[in-house]
Amino acid sequence: MSLDRSQVENVARLARIKIDENEMADYVDSLSSILALVDQMQAIDTTDVEPLANPLDAAQRLRADVVTEANQRELLQANAPHAEKGLFLVPKVIE
Amino acid sequence: MLDKTLKQLSDGLAQGDFSSVELTTAYLDRIQQADSRYNAFVTVTGSQALDSARAADARRAKGDASALTGLPIAHKDIFCTAGVRTSCGSKMLDNFIAPYESTATARLADAGMVMLGKTNMDEFAMGSSTESSYYGATRNPWDLEAVPGGSSGGSAVAVAARMAPVALGTDTGGSIRQPAAFCGITGLKPTYGRVSRWGMIAYGSSLDQAGPMTQTAEDAALLLNSLAGFDPKDSTSMERPVEDFLANLNQPIKGLRIGLPKEYFGEGLDPGIRAAVMDAVKQFEAMGAVVKEISLPRTELSIPAYYIIAPAEASTNLSRSDGVRYGHRCDAPTDLADMYMRTRADGFGTEVKRRILVGTYALSAGYYDAYYRKAQQLRRLIKQDFQQALADVDVILGPTTPSPAWKIGAKSQDPVAMYLEDIYTLSVNLAGLPGLALPCGFQSGLPVGLQLIGNYFDEARLLNIGHQFQLATDWHTRKPNL
Repeated sequence: MSLDRSQVENVARLARIKIDENEMADYVDSLSSILALVDQMQAIDTTDVEPLANPLDAAQRLRADVVTEANQRELLQANAPHAEKGLFLVPKVIE
Repeated sequence: MLDKTLKQLSDGLAQGDFSSVELTTAYLDRIQQADSRYNAFVTVTGSQALDSARAADARRAKGDASALTGLPIAHKDIFCTAGVRTSCGSKMLDNFIAPYESTATARLADAGMVMLGKTNMDEFAMGSSTESSYYGATRNPWDLEAVPGGSSGGSAVAVAARMAPVALGTDTGGSIRQPAAFCGITGLKPTYGRVSRWGMIAYGSSLDQAGPMTQTAEDAALLLNSLAGFDPKDSTSMERPVEDFLANLNQPIKGLRIGLPKEYFGEGLDPGIRAAVMDAVKQFEAMGAVVKEISLPRTELSIPAYYIIAPAEASTNLSRSDGVRYGHRCDAPTDLADMYMRTRADGFGTEVKRRILVGTYALSAGYYDAYYRKAQQLRRLIKQDFQQALADVDVILGPTTPSPAWKIGAKSQDPVAMYLEDIYTLSVNLAGLPGLALPCGFQSGLPVGLQLIGNYFDEARLLNIGHQFQLATDWHTRKPNL
């Protein structure tokens, strides 16, 4: 299956990745060739085959809902592009 | 000293032939003198390494050294190392100082190992050549124009070029075994859930495993003894006792049943690689192994299944890179949407963006059943093929890669051509099995690796077979002109 430009634009919007005009043709081509490769799957009959999510068929282990981490706000916010007074700053969201 | 195995260095430290400070200094000097040719390291942690070495020597003087105390190691830059930049080969994390330590690296540090630095890799571990790193391509020491394989290419080169005695890598679709094969070293991908994934930056969470990259199977066993084990912080870590992986290394392999999957020796396999692997098979037969042909009929389908499942998981994992809490943020965003879109456009490289887009597409409304669910159904069939084969044989043997290392740039513009090179390694991750790559010869001057695939949690047997092979052959002792 090949993708057209509007499908790539839609996926890029869902993935929150801006694609410049001059790169668009390359993405349309390479994503189409990847999808052509993976489309080999469609030839195989998988009726009644249970999907395998964990290779050992193991269930996700749960833990008790208790606090295990110490408060390290300053250390963690040292990596933030923009933080002030313990808050992460982002562009204005609500007018 | 730099040609010694980890085991030999461990013995040397125990006998007082040299100190950890001397050993660490020798490796740091070697990195400084040589790495401009290879670009294997993203960060060298020299002063921290010397501090750890001094602490290791003090620990030994007090009489509480372990077999690993004072031994240097290099870590793939995918492992969070507290207080040290952890880039994952990406501009997105170029300024990310990990605030905590991964379980795998913490266990080795607790045993007294000395981190020399962080090694180069394909960006976010997505690649088979270590060309997609933000820090430039790593070069193969056997041919500086060739790729070292990937994504753990920096770790493979660090060991092959004697800049570290051992290194840690990660393997999502072959990223330990394939660079080990391309660089002439030993690489083990353990069973899924054997080594904690906590603090290892996630790519495909149902596929990712950390493992040792070493000169010998014995060294891999030595490291796995400290790496393996249950970790409550990793929800997929397996709760089972850790055996001593060194204990069975010297068992003879007489009577071992080896299966050769016919699909691994078909069209597309380089004749020189076939010849080297078949010579190794003869060697195993001479040692008393019984060899038979088997079939893994869904091998080819591992490529499409993997290239849906891994990108789908990656697209989810990498949604955390949003420019808010850490990592890159674009200049002067006009609003929140603009910030996300441009941060991710400049922070990620082309191959990472491709995989995020493929994964987003595969998970999007209307396509989920046709792609993601279908790939997971194939994954079950691939696992069943292995289970059927392993009911009849003890291990599966084949080549690690269809061709030797290619030239830098030869496949970097053609993602599909690169994906097809992963044909013998992907299915092992899809099934969650352990795989061991061992050097077994050369093709046109470049190393060739064979791959042993074992049943779940059968690492001890793989390492036993690898060790016996390395007692009988000397491929693992060959090194490039340095």
